[in-house]
Amino acid sequence: MKAAGNILFCGVGGQGILLASEVTAYALLEEGLDAKKSEVHGMAQRGGSVVANLRFGAKVYSPLIDPGQADYVVAFEMMEAARYLPFMHPGTKVVVNTHTIAPPVVATGNAIYPDRLIDLIEANGIYVLPVNGFEIAKGVGEIRAANIALVGALSAYLPVAEETFVKVMKDKLPAKILDLNLKAFAAGRKAALA
Amino acid sequence: MARNNELWLSGNEAIALGAFEAGVKVASGYPGTPSTEILENLSKYEGVYTEWAPNEKVGIEVAIGSSFAGVRVLSTMKHVGMNVAADPLFTASYTGGRAGLVIINADDPEMHSSQNEQDNRNYAFAAKVPMLEPSDPAEAKEFVKLAFDISEEFDVPVIVRTTTRIAHVKGLVAEGEMLKSGVEPGIEKMPAKFVMLPGNARNRRKVIAERQQKLETFAETFAYNKIEMADVKIGIITSGISYLYVKEAFPEASVLKLGMVYPFPKLMISDFASKVDELFIVEELDPFIETHVKAMGIKCTGKEIVPAIGELNSFILKKAFQKESPALFSPEELPLRPPNMCAGCPHRGLFYSLKKLKVFVSGDIGCYTLGFLPPLSAMDSCVCMGASIGIAHGMEKALGLEAKGKVVAVLGDSTFFHSGLTGLVNVVYNKGCSTVVILDNRITGMTGHQHNPASGQTLMGEPTHSIDIKNLCHALGVKHVVEVNPHHLGETETALKEAIEFDGPSVVITKSPCVLLPEEKRRVKQPYTIDPKSCTGCKSCLRLGCPALNWVPVTEQQARELGFKEKQKGYTRISEMCNGCGQCAQLCKFEAITRAGEESA
Repeated sequence: MKAAGNILFCGVGGQGILLASEVTAYALLEEGLDAKKSEVHGMAQRGGSVVANLRFGAKVYSPLIDPGQADYVVAFEMMEAARYLPFMHPGTKVVVNTHTIAPPVVATGNAIYPDRLIDLIEANGIYVLPVNGFEIAKGVGEIRAANIALVGALSAYLPVAEETFVKVMKDKLPAKILDLNLKAFAAGRKAALA
Repeated sequence: MARNNELWLSGNEAIALGAFEAGVKVASGYPGTPSTEILENLSKYEGVYTEWAPNEKVGIEVAIGSSFAGVRVLSTMKHVGMNVAADPLFTASYTGGRAGLVIINADDPEMHSSQNEQDNRNYAFAAKVPMLEPSDPAEAKEFVKLAFDISEEFDVPVIVRTTTRIAHVKGLVAEGEMLKSGVEPGIEKMPAKFVMLPGNARNRRKVIAERQQKLETFAETFAYNKIEMADVKIGIITSGISYLYVKEAFPEASVLKLGMVYPFPKLMISDFASKVDELFIVEELDPFIETHVKAMGIKCTGKEIVPAIGELNSFILKKAFQKESPALFSPEELPLRPPNMCAGCPHRGLFYSLKKLKVFVSGDIGCYTLGFLPPLSAMDSCVCMGASIGIAHGMEKALGLEAKGKVVAVLGDSTFFHSGLTGLVNVVYNKGCSTVVILDNRITGMTGHQHNPASGQTLMGEPTHSIDIKNLCHALGVKHVVEVNPHHLGETETALKEAIEFDGPSVVITKSPCVLLPEEKRRVKQPYTIDPKSCTGCKSCLRLGCPALNWVPVTEQQARELGFKEKQKGYTRISEMCNGCGQCAQLCKFEAITRAGEESA
């Protein structure tokens, strides 16, 4: 595994993307890597399409991932995964939450939610791992833990030890929600290694 | 989180730490993306007084006062806030201060959360004040500390300019030593410097010119204006975030990185230009450096190839320089996903009612600007903070009786205090008849819940007087002021109609808290459900555009199986996002929408 890479987190405002990218960043730093992360706050967070860029390596300059340069994509929503296709390359590993959220134009009955989105990405020769983050999170008793389940799945591909993620979550997450997030993480990781 | 004693901080968190380490004791500003978190973080440090001012002009005025009193002070704002604050800024350049005065200005190239894309480096030039521009969080912290030293050494306010990709980028930052101002706090009368009447100001104008000379000399030796010589075929002058994109795209090129973007180190620039075969300027937005380099008679290439619109990145630079880049997968045509008001947002009820009335809605800046989007489509203009009232008044004065009852101004509580107040004063004073709707959700919503003069709490978390908007409007001379709960659609519509018909200025205050407030999130919700058997697929509820409501299309066969009428094309489903506001239930003529536990008709 190369100790440098670009992770693109995408989804819908309010899905916990910032926390997921934060936990991942801390794990990379804990492994002694440099990292930069770029987020966008404000209006976009109100249910819009949201993206966070996380780059790691021995030394990182730009905080932004160029088109065609995302080595890992963690999509919290199916259609958002497809939206970032131009940022992927043939070797990209994509973790997709199979959960869907209808954008306003679909929710109001003025457009159809596209189907076969995973096929569409795979048709380009890209590896896609579908993860039912919603079900995993429901299984641990807190639907909001889906974000950490996806981090668990991503962790299987990163040059970071599992214990490092566990340590970081113990350090960073409030005690009240630690246990269920550890479970969600483990379940997500298991899904990727299955 | 420590890695070699480094902290993992956003640019805004790093600026707060830098201000603390610089010995800042007072800070005042107004929230605005991407600057907001600076004061929120600074408020957590011991011994620093922080406040949200009602607007940026007041924020800088407070800062000038603290500087006059010999205390290091920080003022923060987004780029458009600098327009509001420009008046005191330009004269603060003349007065200078006593202790260091640093202004953080956060630009938003690409307009991630802004109404325009202005390049505020132009303010440094116009106001004759130095401006520093960091490239990442580590530099952001360092530059804030340096800015205080420069401010005191040259007796000048210093602007530190960030952009979204500094403010909201996280990186490693080392903690540093604590500094102290060399100035003693206290009241010192210095009228020749602090009273800017023409006689004094003319004298100060000459002092400013001398200061400018000194700053230009200082720029030549400023440690963060630095030349990195490599291959001399290409030389690039750059600054801020663009420097990182340059390093990424052209690791082989020679670079002059300007840590101070105004004034310019002219000798250094000439020297660098003479050492490279071809000179390029890489900067986001305006040709600011480029114009000045060209004015020096130096041949260079800038905006001829580098875009002047939006953010840059290393990919755009490679393309601009015709460097080879990999082939890309083409984008898929997918439904767009614009931001939307939250499920249960009280603003939705107001905009639904406004749409029914078919009035021209003069809007303003906040979450409620999203009322513009379909299906509500109930906002017809939006210019800048507080402008809604002035624009409505202007339309009415232009059209006379023809506009009566056809124009309504809409703005939030925080925006009203920011700069809507003076607009309302103008309507009353100049015998207007505008109807103004103040959306009082007790908080500054869009930027993430900052308190304001109506919310009853300070930035430091202390309870304070909550200004009563209704009484305030009465005191200004508005005779018709009513409060209404915007979740009650019928009452809201009636209140709007009465206000519009009132002969004279009128105010409707829609009162209901933001659903994202912690106490609202904790509140036990009673969500609604839709009984598909009663849903006729009329789509009335969908006109609200609530994200908890989803249209489920059905085929003819499914319609038959579900017991629908043959032509029914689908039904609405309510998701787990439902906040129980009940707006949709009021729109359902078939009583298909009920609270969980209640019986459907």
